[in-house]
Amino acid sequence: MKAGIVIFPGSNCDHDAYHLSKNILNWDTCLIWHKETSFNPPDLLILPGGFSYGDYLRSGAMASKSPVMGAVIDFAKKGGYIIGICNGFQVLTESGILEGALIKNKNLRFLHQDVYLRCENHSTVFTEKIPPGKQLKLKIAHGDGNYIADSDTLKKLEAECRVAFKYASPDGNLNEKYNPNGSIMSIAGILSSNKRVLGMMPHPERCVEELLGSTDGKLIFEGFIQ
Amino acid sequence: MNVRTYIFFKKSVLDPQGQAVMKALQGMGFEKVKDVRQGKVFDLEIESEDKEKAFQIAKEACEKLLCNPIIESYEIGKA
Repeated sequence: MKAGIVIFPGSNCDHDAYHLSKNILNWDTCLIWHKETSFNPPDLLILPGGFSYGDYLRSGAMASKSPVMGAVIDFAKKGGYIIGICNGFQVLTESGILEGALIKNKNLRFLHQDVYLRCENHSTVFTEKIPPGKQLKLKIAHGDGNYIADSDTLKKLEAECRVAFKYASPDGNLNEKYNPNGSIMSIAGILSSNKRVLGMMPHPERCVEELLGSTDGKLIFEGFIQ
Repeated sequence: MNVRTYIFFKKSVLDPQGQAVMKALQGMGFEKVKDVRQGKVFDLEIESEDKEKAFQIAKEACEKLLCNPIIESYEIGKA
């Protein structure tokens, strides 16, 4: 299993992702600088969290125009597997690989807290190892995680089972109380139409060891292990 | 030529910052202020004296980077 992690100026979860991939999952892992215009296609490409370009203009906006993004878009078009976490999700929406946008949290605050995610589609490589009925306990750490899309896009996402995760209570109920950032329909993560690109605001890579308070994040990557 | 571009959230998008500013203004006694939309302004210095050409370049800059058409709209004017 080979993983590639793209580093933008201002990425700060790149080494968390590297630790997960290299040390926890024992994958062959390479780091890809944003100025590269090509890379050897990995089995999974990770766009990590952080504050690329200082979140100036819009979160992920300038990273989405980085030299490496031409190759990333091409990789997605050819059916490559990509996970974009937090700022990586913002880069995926800004580059048009995934629909919708992420705007400022409804309460205008930077949120750093535990959340529970209800899995909405168990038949993808990212979600097949999540036991039915289990809510993932993961961490969020973002200021711009409020997912928004127009009603046609939302209908399409629902109809094609492309909502991967929703913020929920520990026992899986949807309620605005458990929707920390005001995301429409409590959406925490979505999939591309071929289900090979996942964008999500919570950080699975921060929940991969008991020491970190949860190992639920590993489940999202275990589907790749043959 | 200097061209000014204005970026605003579309009407259909709730602008959380604008709402916070509106509430602050209303709290200060500006009860006649019924809504606030917070936007961005970019002044572009464009190497062209031809207004149409400069506006065209500004339009492309808005469409390709400055504005996210999913959530925002833009206007272009002379700075």
